[in-house]
Amino acid sequence: MRYLINHEIALGQSTVQPAWVRITHWINALAVVLMATSGWQIYDASPIFPVLQFPSAITLGGWLGGALQWHFAVMWMLVANFLVYVGLNIASGRLRRKLLPLSFRSLAADLVAAVRGKLGHADLTRYNAVQKFAYLVVIVDIALVILSGLAVWKSVQFPLLRTLMGGYDNARIVHFVAMSVLVGFFVVHVVMVALVPRSLLLMIRGR
Amino acid sequence: MSWRNKAAKPNTYLESNAEAIIADARRELKNPARRLLGKRVLTLGGIAMLSGCDLTNDKSVNTMLRRMSFFNDEMQALLFNPNEMAPTYPESMITRPFPFNAFYDIDDVPEVDAATYRLQVGGLANGKRVWTLDELRALPQEDQITRHICIEGWSAIGRWGGVRFSDFLKRTGADTTAKYVSLHCADNYWTSIDMPTALHAQTLLTLTYDGAVLPPKYGFPMKLRMPTKLGYKNPKHIVAITVTNEFPGGYWENQGYNWFGGS
Repeated sequence: MRYLINHEIALGQSTVQPAWVRITHWINALAVVLMATSGWQIYDASPIFPVLQFPSAITLGGWLGGALQWHFAVMWMLVANFLVYVGLNIASGRLRRKLLPLSFRSLAADLVAAVRGKLGHADLTRYNAVQKFAYLVVIVDIALVILSGLAVWKSVQFPLLRTLMGGYDNARIVHFVAMSVLVGFFVVHVVMVALVPRSLLLMIRGR
Repeated sequence: MSWRNKAAKPNTYLESNAEAIIADARRELKNPARRLLGKRVLTLGGIAMLSGCDLTNDKSVNTMLRRMSFFNDEMQALLFNPNEMAPTYPESMITRPFPFNAFYDIDDVPEVDAATYRLQVGGLANGKRVWTLDELRALPQEDQITRHICIEGWSAIGRWGGVRFSDFLKRTGADTTAKYVSLHCADNYWTSIDMPTALHAQTLLTLTYDGAVLPPKYGFPMKLRMPTKLGYKNPKHIVAITVTNEFPGGYWENQGYNWFGGS
């Protein structure tokens, strides 16, 4: 990984997304899809909201036992990758450089522009305020999805986490809401990529 | 953002027209490519999902998932703190009625005859190996109001009473350095647990539910209650207990549920 970082610096400013960002991004994308689809199968075994059930066509694992195997295998991938991503973001200064600062005023201005369809993406090396906000929200949300999941999985072993989540039953609801935010981000993210296809190339090639 | 600035203040009529024409042409050029790419992005997602479904039936994938499940057994054994107690609740929080749950219908609950019932202890134990119900009732009893968590996600609070399992194991002369305790039931269900959980202070060989004799639907004549483990690890109608170092598996565990099943 150290070699990769140095390599990106050597390439100069042409590289917008360094290799570690691209690698962790795609591992995370795969992990999130597998976790969400297996999670929906687990949810279906005992729906929190009886009116909401996920059709088996979009779930992973075939049955509760299979879905749990997927969920508890891929969770290590999601967590390890997330720690590397956040760690390198802080250590490299990328978090401070690219995702901060974020003011309420710039967010409101860019949000209005985005709704009017006037928020440009000509310069992909810089994130607009809406992007910054969305990426920061999703980072915090993945942390929440992990912690609430841990509280559901090990509610006896982690009493503090259980209390913070409002007890076992409430931890399930927190986990569900955090999943919903993540899936909501995913949908908007994919639509935005379809609207600005160059950003996909950027996340593959780095340029 | 620079795009927005450019379009904001055209200097002359001609310039604004030229810009509009170029913008239109550009849009026309971009649109098919965009549409194609958009389609590709969505198709990619579709393929990923389809292959996800197919992955379920792939043998090597299943082997990998089983291995990860065994890895998770070890992780949970490491996470398990023998001194960490599951939360207890006031009587007012007991779930009424407490749900019935088994791999069969409530009409098929086994009827165990209290008079002829014998609990057999086998394997690595050198003490008393056969127990009647009265002998078990004569042992020191304790009570707990704890949360039962099902692997499906739902939970319910109940009140169980009986013999502390570590006390019972000592009286049977069980080798508590052994790895596993396996439990066989009158309904042909079976499961097995790790020794640290067997010796946990809240692991209870329960004979009563909510102050009355354990009814058949909750596991008469006895259920092993472990608030540190999920429901399927809490067997009912137990007839045989075996202390062993051979991995015993279980009814659900052999089908894919995680063996440790800790909470």
